[in-house]
Amino acid sequence: MSSVAIIDYGAGNLHSAAKAFERMAADVGEMDVLVTADPELVRKADRIMLPGVGAFADCKAGLDAVPGMVDVLEEKVIRGGTPFLGVCVGMQLMASEGREKAVTPGLGWIPGAVERIRPNDPSLKIPHMGWNNISVVKPHAVLEGIPDGPDGLHAYFVHSYHLVTEIADMRIATTDYGGTVTACVGRDNLFGAQFHPEKSQALGLKLIENFLRWTP
Amino acid sequence: MTLKTRLIPCLDVMNGRVVKGVQFVDLRDAGDPVQAAIAYDAAGADELTFLDIAASHEGRETIFDVVSRTAEHCFMPVTVGGGVRTIEDIRKLLLAGADKVAINSAAVSDPDFISRAADKFGNQCIVVSVDAKQRLDQQVGGDNRSEWEIFTHGGRRPSGLDAVEFAVRMVERGAGELLVTSMDRDGTKSGFDLGLTRSIADAVEVPVIASGGVGSLQDLVDGVKEGHASAVLAASVFHFGTFTIPQAKQYLRDHGVAVRMDGAA
Repeated sequence: MSSVAIIDYGAGNLHSAAKAFERMAADVGEMDVLVTADPELVRKADRIMLPGVGAFADCKAGLDAVPGMVDVLEEKVIRGGTPFLGVCVGMQLMASEGREKAVTPGLGWIPGAVERIRPNDPSLKIPHMGWNNISVVKPHAVLEGIPDGPDGLHAYFVHSYHLVTEIADMRIATTDYGGTVTACVGRDNLFGAQFHPEKSQALGLKLIENFLRWTP
Repeated sequence: MTLKTRLIPCLDVMNGRVVKGVQFVDLRDAGDPVQAAIAYDAAGADELTFLDIAASHEGRETIFDVVSRTAEHCFMPVTVGGGVRTIEDIRKLLLAGADKVAINSAAVSDPDFISRAADKFGNQCIVVSVDAKQRLDQQVGGDNRSEWEIFTHGGRRPSGLDAVEFAVRMVERGAGELLVTSMDRDGTKSGFDLGLTRSIADAVEVPVIASGGVGSLQDLVDGVKEGHASAVLAASVFHFGTFTIPQAKQYLRDHGVAVRMDGAA
């Protein structure tokens, strides 16, 4: 039986994420969903999901505080090619650096910085909180079968910062909030969603299913 | 493409059961909040709010189970309010599967609690409930006070705090969203207090949820267009089946408010 590890480092709505993954894992079949803070269990996993809510620096500090976890992630995801999904701040951590409060180095997997959203319409609220459409700018297996654009499905966003990629090709999907905001990033076996798939009903469950079936 | 206005049904929960009951067709147990949540989810609600009105500690404990069971079935954002007083309360609710917590009395008595909570869990999950009433003394204009004052303990206790000033201070402390309830309008079905909602929405950068007083579908539209709310919350009009969620969304859309229709088949 294959397994997906959801990393527990004290920063995330783990219960919700686990329930959504369990729901879709049952459809995909023969798959264990594991919520764990143990790098050894992550090393054995076939897929890895990194959640995260709160501030970038706090999440990075939380991840660094789990002994051996960042090393195992580097080994599995960067050198081992294990399919990886980062969600919300878990996605932002893939960046070179975060610029929330202070400049904090990220994992450096997706060149770029996590910067504050600056809508061109001053009446737009920050955080960008609620349901918005996404636009796929680079077709991707993890977004397959998800209707996008103004008549497409909606994703649930809650964030004040987003990942501005240095390499245009790594921005997979965007949303509009007084300007273009990064919704999904990816390269090789790495995928990140700024919105919360586990809270995005039909769109989110489909994304999770696609991720569980993904063979990059 | 645009961010959609959120429609949020609110369930009052006491000792693990829905108070007032919910009149849904095909609901096996109208008193079970999880059943009600599933029905709202299927109907296309954008978020759910549980307001825990338990009077006792034992009653309080049941909300964790309600939230946890809801998270197994509903893949949408869930906010829990009522009796949130400590960092530990917040941690337990988030671990159970809540995405946001709404804080009322504790925010008034100890504003620093909001700072600590936001630092610990992030601004995005800290909602401050602004429960306000029109001032009794009506001394407006002589100082910088607005027309509204903060009340706590279910609207029974005046705090002396100006509602707009309080809202601004809570956002400075780290509130990521404000749930603005008119205690004058709550339960009256006479519409939101639009002046209150707009005064606060225009004074802060974060989203405002309008609450208290919905009696008609036009009230929802007014809350957005005139109250400048990012989300509208109602309880009894949905509980008692006056309107359904799809009816409300269709009405909002027909009146120029962008809403998410994913759930409407």
